[in-house]
Amino acid sequence: MGLTGLEIYKQLPKKNCGECGTPTCLAFAMALAAGKGALDSCPYVSDAARDALASASAPPIKSIKFGNGSTLGDETVLFRHDKTFYHPTTVLIQVSDTLKDADLATKVKQINDLEFDRVGLHYGVDGIAVVEESGDPARFAQAVKVVADNTEKSLLLLSDNVAALQAAAPAVAAKKPLLGNATEGNYEAVVALAKELALPVILKADGLDALNDLVEKAQALGYKEFVLDPGSRKPVQTLANLTQLRRQAIKKKFRPFGYPVVAFTSKNEPMDEIAEASIYVTKYASAIVLKADKKGLLLPLLTLRTNIYTDPQKPIQVEPTLHSVGDINENSLVYVTTNFSLTYYSVEGEVEASKIPSYILPIDTDGTSVLTAYAAGKFEPEKIADALLNCGVADKVNHKNVIIPGYVAVISGKLQEKTGWKVIVGPRESSGIVSFVRSLTNG
Amino acid sequence: MPVTLVKERFPSKVGEVVLGATAEQGGTRTSTIVVGGDNLLPFLHFEGKVTNRPVIAMEVTDIVPPWNDAIKAQFGDVLDNPAAWAQKCVNEFGADLIYLKLIGADPEGFNRSPEDCARVVKEVLAAVGVPLVVVGCENAEKDNEVLAAVAEAGAGENLLVGLAEQDNYKSITAAAMVHKHNVIARSPLDINICKQLNILINEMGLPLNRIVIDPMIGGLGFGIEYAYSIMERARLGALANDKMLSMPMICTVGYEANRSKEANASVEEFPGWGDLAERGVLWETLTATALLQVGASILLMRNPEAVKLVQRNIADLVDAAVGA
Repeated sequence: MGLTGLEIYKQLPKKNCGECGTPTCLAFAMALAAGKGALDSCPYVSDAARDALASASAPPIKSIKFGNGSTLGDETVLFRHDKTFYHPTTVLIQVSDTLKDADLATKVKQINDLEFDRVGLHYGVDGIAVVEESGDPARFAQAVKVVADNTEKSLLLLSDNVAALQAAAPAVAAKKPLLGNATEGNYEAVVALAKELALPVILKADGLDALNDLVEKAQALGYKEFVLDPGSRKPVQTLANLTQLRRQAIKKKFRPFGYPVVAFTSKNEPMDEIAEASIYVTKYASAIVLKADKKGLLLPLLTLRTNIYTDPQKPIQVEPTLHSVGDINENSLVYVTTNFSLTYYSVEGEVEASKIPSYILPIDTDGTSVLTAYAAGKFEPEKIADALLNCGVADKVNHKNVIIPGYVAVISGKLQEKTGWKVIVGPRESSGIVSFVRSLTNG
Repeated sequence: MPVTLVKERFPSKVGEVVLGATAEQGGTRTSTIVVGGDNLLPFLHFEGKVTNRPVIAMEVTDIVPPWNDAIKAQFGDVLDNPAAWAQKCVNEFGADLIYLKLIGADPEGFNRSPEDCARVVKEVLAAVGVPLVVVGCENAEKDNEVLAAVAEAGAGENLLVGLAEQDNYKSITAAAMVHKHNVIARSPLDINICKQLNILINEMGLPLNRIVIDPMIGGLGFGIEYAYSIMERARLGALANDKMLSMPMICTVGYEANRSKEANASVEEFPGWGDLAERGVLWETLTATALLQVGASILLMRNPEAVKLVQRNIADLVDAAVGA
């Protein structure tokens, strides 16, 4: 089991040099105890101390980096409310090497386009898994080349055939793809290839017992850049495996399972596949390989991923400064709302839909919604008046009208008094903004 | 080498609540539903027994609802007839329960009388054999009158009625006690208020096995993570023997998911978001499947296509036949 921060601190040089990136040895010890950071970042630790601390200092799940900025693993908790989940599930779309070059290129371009903008966030699919189905190493190498030439996304090269991986991987090694699969039958050669090219590799076995054996044997080859695949393709069993692997790593610090895990979907019907994938996004997959490749399918799944991996300790906020929507001018409307990003972006979306260029002033309510902020005294007329008078909007418009959320109609008198602005009570829900503005501008 | 599985041994379990009553039990339902009962985290068969599968309650309103056309079209011409609509949900779409929402009672809308509302409840009871969930129009004062009439009209049927909230739980709890129904206790995404409300309702004399928690979820993309974590904490609390958090949970998935622009806007409006046909259905589906993973027992759902997907997702997870 892990050591406490103080136990670790006793073993450190206590120089407080800060060279590890943490200002003091004590703070560094605390970070190690929490499973964050690596002992290797201390240049002065003695060998004796290193041995003593090795098991306590390694993060419970190894961080594996590959491709274009994809990071797998490095998680520290079972439940997001215990702290947070750190590295959002990497989503890879699979393509077969049996497609013709031209079709492959077209499909890759489609996958490149699976990126989305909503509520002020930009997110997308992370990578492409090239699956060897041709049985022909030369064909696989060619397909991998076509994919690599047409995308900036991370790559996974997937074949159980050593010869296919040997044919395809060296040419794209600079892109740092993830390799797979090392299995009971081929692991010596596949791990040797991964080691030679310094690429991470998937270890695949049928069930946890076999996976444990395979990891032990693969580690004995002197390599540790692994991602695990426990084999199952049934949702209920995959959920069980993903949960066990996470528990073994976090609760027991069981080293053979201290690696990220990849999940594969089994459903062929695209919407069923997305529903299946949602299980693995919520429960512990570091990466998922999918067949679905359409925007309407991926936006819901990637949104769920973004939600689950949001840090529960920090409400998501927008800058509490004057924002503008559309081609604003001196007649533009002025809205006030809170800086909770879901509130703000709901308002912004509707203001955009109203097609009337407007200013929106989010008040700093520590990222809380209108009613919560008002109940907590964070959306008071005094505060709104200060923000309104100091944001500079008065110089930008030739009127003094401000629209406030309907839920806080009660503050309008006081706000009017404090600012000298005419306060217009808007709708309670942002969904009412379009019809509200229509009646406002017509009436 | 064989790996020793890490199994949690929880001291307690989620409480069971029975919904509906058959003729022998004093009602007219052809079947009853039991929710809750698990002593494990959702669907982890290696840890214990999945006692009662999660169920889907399909939403029916007493007046034609303001939903998008993609959903309305799937129901054909029954939306102005709650009884026929409920039948369609059960017979065609396989709903386990009907969640009847009396939005016509809203004083700012149709302002239907409590008697009218009670009549609709009776019509739906006569039309289907599954248990019923009945909620009001979310106007506290009016709901107190409406739900008292509903509770009386449905006496013996062991309904699930709501919504009891922190500042308005007394009359609905009293009505449920008199006519032997179950109550939905709704708290605004807050585990402390959730517990407090359960205590208050229980102190009035309603047994704990007659309460279902509505944690007030956020839909996908709009705060689902808050609900996700509160529900996960509540489930762990129930398993750790916190009796005031041990009730099964109901999630208003269809309502919350379909409030969002993502579930309604066409691809022409938002070309970057992809086809609504898939996006809209999955918005509701994933709101449901994510919350199933943290212990939802009853899912309020709206879109029949999403219902189909979630039914299959539940079947996959409940089926304990373990492969490799």
